[in-house]
Amino acid sequence: MKSVALFAALTLTAPAAFACEPFAVGDLTIEHAWSRATIGADRPGVFYVEITNAGSADDALVGIATPAAGMPMLHETVVTDGIASMPHSMSVPVPAGQTVALAPGGYHGMLMGLVTALKEGGSFPVTLTFQRAGEVTVTVDVLSMRAEGPDCAHAGQ
Amino acid sequence: MRLTRLQKALWAAAGIAVLAYGALLWGPYRAPALVSEAPFRPTFSLPDDAGRLYSPADFAGKHLLVFFGFTNCPDVCPTTLSEVAQVIDDLGPDADKVQPLFISIDPERDRRLGLAAFTAAFHPAIIGLAGDADQTRAAADSFRIHFAREDDAAAPDGYTMSHSPALYLIGPEGDWLRQFTYGTPASEILADLKSRL
Ligand SMILES: [Cu+2]
Repeated sequence: MKSVALFAALTLTAPAAFACEPFAVGDLTIEHAWSRATIGADRPGVFYVEITNAGSADDALVGIATPAAGMPMLHETVVTDGIASMPHSMSVPVPAGQTVALAPGGYHGMLMGLVTALKEGGSFPVTLTFQRAGEVTVTVDVLSMRAEGPDCAHAGQ
Repeated sequence: MRLTRLQKALWAAAGIAVLAYGALLWGPYRAPALVSEAPFRPTFSLPDDAGRLYSPADFAGKHLLVFFGFTNCPDVCPTTLSEVAQVIDDLGPDADKVQPLFISIDPERDRRLGLAAFTAAFHPAIIGLAGDADQTRAAADSFRIHFAREDDAAAPDGYTMSHSPALYLIGPEGDWLRQFTYGTPASEILADLKSRL
């Protein structure tokens, strides 16, 4: 806990991106929340994040909400017999003692019905609802369309 | 003497026939075992956003990096296009020997949303192609890839697409060289290309 608090203090004083700032709720730490810029608002946006469960009880991410999109949903990209599809996920398991990532090619938040285009360098809030830990609102950094994730090691230095 | 000569000629002809027959047999016998590896020349005839029609002949002499996808896909497609963009950047002066192509498997919607602006956001070298339903199906069949429209009331416009997410490498003579499965790091694709250029 101490190191998390120290890390938080360091990243707050440094000109770090929001994505590198950890958010906490109960036993969960939520960090590296990011999205890709979009061209206009007609195509869905995406939401990626890492969730660490330091507790001894399993939890699960059961929903996301954001003022940035009319219909945000949890999806999972699956490749079956060489075909990629992205079915809805009712929940994303966050087992005790583990870190789970919503990351390219796997679980992701699908932000349908964007209110406005997501601009690189901007940010927006997403509220995550967990089965046990409840709700937490995190700030999501909008990175470039070519981004593959936030560069936090660099930002924190 | 004449008879012997004729016999020799006949034997020679018979020998050639046996060899030819063997070659005929050998061909088809080999093919089934190698069917997934056998070189083939996939083809397409598809327009870009501006209506200019492209086929493999337009890119003769270049390697082609071909990806099938749709621009409403926020996860798989941007990831692969980002990698392709990185590869093109890292090729430096060799970049003009490789043409990246994005073939839409959701062409009607992609044309409406604008394909060129989407591909250019990743890299200006990427050409986006979107034909009609028949041209698209023909291109996919030629590359032996699968795509399907899946009705989904929660998805934008009520449907989403499933598709083969691999990246295909076509040689300068148009023959299929290999595929890179989804998630192959840009560095690996780059190393493979550099060994061929
Ligand atoms: Cu999705």
